[in-house]
Amino acid sequence: MKRLLVFAAIFVLFLLANRFLPQWIDSYYLHLTILSCINIILAVSLNLINGFTGQFSLGHAGFMAVGGYTSAAFTYYLGQKLTSALGFLPIMLTKNLIFLSALFSGGLSAAILGLLVGIPSLRLRGDYLAIVTLGMGEIVRVLILNIDAIGGARGFSGIPAYTNVFWVISLTALTIAVVTSLVNSSHGRAFLSVREDEIAAEAMGINTTYYKVTAFVIGAFFAGMAGCLFGHYLQLLHTNSFTFVKSFEIIIMIIVGGLGSISGSIIAAILLTFLPELLRYLGPIKDWRMVIYSLALILIMLTRPQGLFGSREPNWRRFWPFRKPSPSI
Amino acid sequence: MQEFLQQLVNGISWGAIYALIALGYTMVYGVLQLINFAHGDVFMLGAFFGYFFSRWTKIAQEPTLFGFFATLLFAMVACALVGMIIERAAYKPLRLRPRLTVLITAIGVSLLLENGGQLIFGADPKFFPSLVAETKLYESPTLVISNLPMIILAVSLVLMILLRFIVMNTKIGKAMRAVAFNREAASLMGVNTNNVISFTFALGSALAGAGGILVALTYPKIDPLMGLLPGLKAFVAAVLGGIGNIPGAVLGGMILGVSETMVAGYISSTFRDAIAFALLVVILLVKPTGLLGSRVGEKV
Repeated sequence: MKRLLVFAAIFVLFLLANRFLPQWIDSYYLHLTILSCINIILAVSLNLINGFTGQFSLGHAGFMAVGGYTSAAFTYYLGQKLTSALGFLPIMLTKNLIFLSALFSGGLSAAILGLLVGIPSLRLRGDYLAIVTLGMGEIVRVLILNIDAIGGARGFSGIPAYTNVFWVISLTALTIAVVTSLVNSSHGRAFLSVREDEIAAEAMGINTTYYKVTAFVIGAFFAGMAGCLFGHYLQLLHTNSFTFVKSFEIIIMIIVGGLGSISGSIIAAILLTFLPELLRYLGPIKDWRMVIYSLALILIMLTRPQGLFGSREPNWRRFWPFRKPSPSI
Repeated sequence: MQEFLQQLVNGISWGAIYALIALGYTMVYGVLQLINFAHGDVFMLGAFFGYFFSRWTKIAQEPTLFGFFATLLFAMVACALVGMIIERAAYKPLRLRPRLTVLITAIGVSLLLENGGQLIFGADPKFFPSLVAETKLYESPTLVISNLPMIILAVSLVLMILLRFIVMNTKIGKAMRAVAFNREAASLMGVNTNNVISFTFALGSALAGAGGILVALTYPKIDPLMGLLPGLKAFVAAVLGGIGNIPGAVLGGMILGVSETMVAGYISSTFRDAIAFALLVVILLVKPTGLLGSRVGEKV
């Protein structure tokens, strides 16, 4: 019951945020906030694959692309029919129902690709796996480029603008909640054991194959949802947004934040989304912003190679003002 | 048949260039187990070094064969220096850190070279002077073989033979192989591993620089992002042949170059970028360590 109340409170809070946030903050910062939320989803879900399970995947942009294009095709081609079929419902509800199913279709299609990519991960390790996942991402991109029904080389335009602050925040919260509780469950211990030592994990009776593929499927599912949010936010998808450079960006986020640290990923995703934009305010040397960005990346790696947070989670409860006094022994 | 021959000639000359770049990847991987993502950008720098050198020395105005070789040599030496500087400044401090950290640093260096290049050289493409006048060696209605692919092939072959000589028959080459086999043991035997690693970077970067010049001969439009995709594909070539294996890199490069031009010629040029990766996935699924890579036993 208490839990239900908390959920209801969060739901109302997000709805309020959806209503008032666009008025309170500048549209440019709102844009950056939405993009950083999408990046948080991507970074946290990739952290499950790379940080917690120790499989080096470089193809996250591919999952995002599949999810984005599938969901966009769903709303673009089926949206009209579904709207008229569900005519008896209020239009707001119909719109959000369609978007919810689009999110699922995007997530599911990416998860299926994750399953397909997860299978080679059984045979390949380390750098070989990295390059195969990268290759899968590029193959996906070229295939999309050659399908004319979803825009091909022109890009897929005319996607309805369903993404709003509510969906973005809720999905970010959902991703963080699912990955956090997954990692802290007994499944999470299994993921960690695969990362730490695959042979020892197998010897302890852990089905490493199953956990590796699961990590890929779950990570891909959330990346696909992020792609859906991205497409329905920009209303335009182009394969140039999903090159391996995008995968590198996400990897950089989780490494800067610290592999295996969820709070690290979140903070790094926000930081690295805002950093290149904030550097625009440098005035005369603003042309140097991307150079400064890459130098900053190298310097972070040289001075703090384990990432900002290492693999630890900072004790956020310390800052929670309403905690119960710890029982004195 | 004639068309096939035409594609084959183009494919082999592309393959030679991929092989040159892939050699740098594979050597660095051999000694450091590092995917040097900045390597493709060194290849870009090679083309730009050649561009500026040939303009400053007025070679561009009256191209001679000697001028071409001077440009090639200059680009190779300059790239070797850049490679050594990158290694010393960005990778050496991380020698004892997890490999992933070094990998991200390599991506950072790559971004730095691309963005720095856009700032310094300008983002608009430059046109590389035609240092070698194109002449047709053989001409029939369906088959034209010009001297450019032949020059590319000849230069890359000479460089590869030279590389093989250095790696197999010199003292430093022996040291390189020792470091690749086991770095710690090599350093215990009195091999100065830092110098050997620097030398490896210099050698690989020089080959990439030469690749940059050779590409610019046939595709004279050069820009700071030109190294991104060829660099990645050359890495794919290195993995295809078995990373860390020098003949493997050449084999992988050739396979990649030929299959890419065949796909572009017979199927569709839009699938050109996918074939490299499709080939990679298929080969790695059948042989997880690449064509010539040896299976490394797992240490328990």
